[in-house]
Amino acid sequence: MRIVDVEKIKEAVSKAVITANTQLPADVLEGLQKARDLETVPRARRLLEIILENARQAQEEGMPLCQDTGLVTVHIELGQEVHLDGGNVYQAINQGVREGYKAGYFRASMVKDPLNRINTGDNTPAIVHLELTDGEEVVITVFPKGAGSENMSRTAMLKPAEGWAGARQFVVETVRIANANPCPPIIVGVGMGGNLEKACFLAKKALLRPINRPHPDPKIAEKEAELLQAINQLGIGPQGLGGDITALAVNMEVYPTHIASLPVAVSLNCHSTRRAVVKI
Amino acid sequence: MTHILRAPLENSILQQLKAGDEVLVQGTVYAARDAAHQKMIAALESGDQLPFDITGQIIYYVGPCPAPPGRIIGSAGPTTSSRMDVYTPALLARGLKAMIGKGDRSQIVKDAMIKYGAVYLAAVGGAGVYLSRRITSVEIVAYPELGPEALLKMEFKDFPCIVAIDNQGNSVYKSWT
Repeated sequence: MRIVDVEKIKEAVSKAVITANTQLPADVLEGLQKARDLETVPRARRLLEIILENARQAQEEGMPLCQDTGLVTVHIELGQEVHLDGGNVYQAINQGVREGYKAGYFRASMVKDPLNRINTGDNTPAIVHLELTDGEEVVITVFPKGAGSENMSRTAMLKPAEGWAGARQFVVETVRIANANPCPPIIVGVGMGGNLEKACFLAKKALLRPINRPHPDPKIAEKEAELLQAINQLGIGPQGLGGDITALAVNMEVYPTHIASLPVAVSLNCHSTRRAVVKI
Repeated sequence: MTHILRAPLENSILQQLKAGDEVLVQGTVYAARDAAHQKMIAALESGDQLPFDITGQIIYYVGPCPAPPGRIIGSAGPTTSSRMDVYTPALLARGLKAMIGKGDRSQIVKDAMIKYGAVYLAAVGGAGVYLSRRITSVEIVAYPELGPEALLKMEFKDFPCIVAIDNQGNSVYKSWT
């Protein structure tokens, strides 16, 4: 058994939210550079140049890539041999978010109540997903996500008879409806199978996978490639102002489902993808 | 050709702008998003004045990050404009001439833009640091209690935008209808 003080988790979260908000992950930066090189529409290429310039400035100056520093989701993979000590882990995570957002001069974007809408002032609470794993490691992934892309999420409970054709149509239609709103070029996360919440969770989990890493199952990797091609044929382009590159990647995750169900969830992420992983 | 826009905007300038044109916005711009719009509309509905003279003015849909040391403002890129659609026609009717944001607008907004001769400009979404460098002054005009959603008066220098919808209702956004 390994004892981990929750203070360490607080510190890790605090640092990770700063890294995530100010530095594009290497795979996304590379994806954007590739997009700029492939894009044939001059205005679209110029927009991609501005997006890359913004990423450079953000990293240099330690300023957030986007003013919407997002709602923070924290995924914790907790080795089941670990004993957490020193306080409540959820409080520690929220304290980490609070301290990181203050130190980074990030925007407080959370309201206390969906109807009363009073700002909590410190961007808490975070949404925490806890997953038990083998061993003694604690892996923390912070994933601050802006509402421009989040608001364009969609879920469908399709009929099994609709199959892949139905699922594919739903995913492409989601990107088409979202159009310029989620700040393309986007990353498309797809969750298929499970039930309502599992499909949504998988769509989000898919966005945590680096975009240069296709699904390990070649059959699913093939579907990811097929979706990416169909999405880029829409011509929405960077910022929705027309172009070849609407999406940098499609990441899909699947799970067994009920004999009567075919759940499909789509989560879109803007080009300014914020994620950081810390191991304790 | 790049147009220069500076409020108060005259119809003669706005008529020259076509969807797809590039513009540089200079001078005064008011920053407001969801909560500030709701308060402005509530003020109008109860017969009160708006907190600023909106005639010929430009509204930027933004909720900036706090200013880090040595800067006047944090990251400050555009937010999704369609959330303001429900409030926009009433402001256009009172003289608002341009809006800056990202993403398409509703048909009701487009119709009101044609009726009142206003334009809608797109700034680069997600380029928060890049755009913040083109903002040279910031002051709170109203609603400080809204924090990042307060109504602000800003000064722009060479703030790049694209005419997304012109005053004839032509749009750069793809439509599938």
